[in-house]
Amino acid sequence: MSNHPEDTDRLFKALADPSRRKLLDQLHAHDGQTLGQLCEHLDMSRQGVTQHLDVLEAANLVASVRSGREKLHFLNPVPLQEIYERWIAKFEKPRLKALAQLKRQLEKSNG
Amino acid sequence: MARSTFVYVTYIRTTPERLWSALTEDAGFMKQYWFGVHCESTWKPGSAWRMLYPDGRVIDSGAILEAEPPRRLVIRWKNHMNPEFEAEGDSLCTMELEPIEKAVKLTITHSMEREASKLIGATGFFWPQILCNLKSLVETGSVVLAEPFAIN
Repeated sequence: MSNHPEDTDRLFKALADPSRRKLLDQLHAHDGQTLGQLCEHLDMSRQGVTQHLDVLEAANLVASVRSGREKLHFLNPVPLQEIYERWIAKFEKPRLKALAQLKRQLEKSNG
Repeated sequence: MARSTFVYVTYIRTTPERLWSALTEDAGFMKQYWFGVHCESTWKPGSAWRMLYPDGRVIDSGAILEAEPPRRLVIRWKNHMNPEFEAEGDSLCTMELEPIEKAVKLTITHSMEREASKLIGATGFFWPQILCNLKSLVETGSVVLAEPFAIN
């Protein structure tokens, strides 16, 4: 991810819009929805939702899969994982180390 | 029938052939991005498939249902490490590789013919970590995570 800043730009631009975040929340609640299903819960034109979905798909936050005549939209967690690994995972490590140390000490005091 | 499906997509700057090998027969490479885990199979339609820990314990097993290198692989996939997952039975994992410009779009669709599958829920934990590691290893030569991080 860090090697390709254009991917990161697209990702954060996609996330910077409340309607698009709402769409992601909807898919998080019910994955694999059609455009029609997504429109039902949003105060937005069908065309507006389509445009937002295009931006989300270009950022790889949404994956669409054809199922017969329907196009189903899925929340794709992989780019979010990349953000996690880039900025958060390194803070996690000391915490995990501290927990492992605590476990060792507690077990030692039990024995 | 109700179905649980998760879809994972990543774009990796490599060739379909290289990515296919990283996902299948190159066990040594797989161990680097999958925390020591590797697969055993002849990767031909109908052949058995197993995923193993370094100590030889079988994590998942099943069969190759479809194999069209370097484009499409479908695995019948059953977990054995978690009794709840095992009781759910077979899941289906489809890997599709599609060249797009200088990258390959890898789409992994993991599904099971039951509602709210716990196994499919758990894939939300491991597939993103594995795919990020795979992407980093192929593109930069090193992985991001040397060990998986815990669910809680």
